[in-house]
Amino acid sequence: MTTAITPSARPRLLSGVRTHFDKARDRWVLLAPERALELDAIAMHILAEVDGQTSLENVISALAAKFAAPREQIEQDVRAFFLSLEDRRLMEFV
Amino acid sequence: MNAVPQNTSPLLPIAMLAELTYRCPLACPYCSNPLSMSGRSSELPTEIWVDVFRQAAELGILHLHLSGGEPASRRDLEELVSAAGEHGLYSNLITSGVGLTEQRLGELKRRGLDHVQLSIQGVDHATADKFSGYKNSLARKLAVAEWVARLDIPLTLNAVMHRQNLDRLEDTIELAVQLGARRLEVATVQFHGWAEQNRGALMPTREQVRQAGEIVRAARERLRGILVIDYVPADYYARFPKACMGGWGATSMNVAPDGAVLPCHAAHTIPGLVFENVQERSLRDIWEASESFNAFRGNEWMQEPCRSCERKHVDFGGCRCQAMALAGDARATDPACSLSPLHLDLVAAAERDAASQETELVYRKLTSPA
Repeated sequence: MTTAITPSARPRLLSGVRTHFDKARDRWVLLAPERALELDAIAMHILAEVDGQTSLENVISALAAKFAAPREQIEQDVRAFFLSLEDRRLMEFV
Repeated sequence: MNAVPQNTSPLLPIAMLAELTYRCPLACPYCSNPLSMSGRSSELPTEIWVDVFRQAAELGILHLHLSGGEPASRRDLEELVSAAGEHGLYSNLITSGVGLTEQRLGELKRRGLDHVQLSIQGVDHATADKFSGYKNSLARKLAVAEWVARLDIPLTLNAVMHRQNLDRLEDTIELAVQLGARRLEVATVQFHGWAEQNRGALMPTREQVRQAGEIVRAARERLRGILVIDYVPADYYARFPKACMGGWGATSMNVAPDGAVLPCHAAHTIPGLVFENVQERSLRDIWEASESFNAFRGNEWMQEPCRSCERKHVDFGGCRCQAMALAGDARATDPACSLSPLHLDLVAAAERDAASQETELVYRKLTSPA
């Protein structure tokens, strides 16, 4: 069951889930079993901070600094994105 | 300057089903392979498959499904998985599990195998053996699932459901969870090919189909973040047909063991269609220009009631092969659609088959020896 993600949890893509540059369509996608999700620029920036070591709060801090954006706004986007990946069994938190 | 579309070709395929061989140790009575199929002598050699994968990646294909028959029956499976990885394709091994060892799976993973889809024919030994035509098949599959988990390869369980196992759907879902599968495909049997030979033994009842829908809905909610369930409902009892293949020649290419390229695995049942071979024509050319891939693209080919129907962009008139089989015309509305003039006949036939006491099965077999 999906539970609320704690700030210290470290997000990582599950095995068999990877980003791929889709040359024929000139876009990035997230490849997973029976799924290919188109990744927009925001999603790519978020995933760039995901390495299995960095905690959720540090992912948010890094993005807030990078884009000089309000932390609350970033947090909302990141949580929604991560939750959608977790629901689809593409991401886990350790 | 006016903005022009970046891409003038209509669509690009996203997936390829590579049927490496028709050889299979199992004999499932609902196999989607053709009724007439031959063995090893007509199979493409390694180097041609490798080149097909290169062409597939260039064409825009992302997912490569290595299937059969049993793909593990190919001794060069390791080389083929390497080739898929070299070209950036996401490789999925669709397997019965027979022919795999933990060592072989480990080697496939080292060579870049991304995902394993394991079939199960039943959750108890008697049902599993009866519907696979293979002795002690369940134990074998449970072992394979354990190896896959140990190697940290994502696992999908594929369960074809029909009248004789639908009552065990809850247990099937539970087994998927226990085995650590991330995905479960609950595929209600589709009546093409071998399944068509076994309608009386396999046709689910309307009540079973209704319950299955509820069970899947509840399980999806309960197992959110644990197990993703993809569900193929029984279209005979539905109001509208399935959007078969996401439209003809719209998303996927199917390469048969001998190199023939088809828009779907049942397309050979439509008389008059000629399928080009990868040994004679490039994959791109077949995708873009072959008669077979263009036969039912778009909606110009449609007749009434599809032609003026607002759902024609939703379900594309249903399945062309089913229209051929049941209406005798591949351009007809799929009789699974409630708007088809043949729909009531279809439902009556389904209910008759569902009420049948038939339990004997016609098993899949090769026409010529392997």
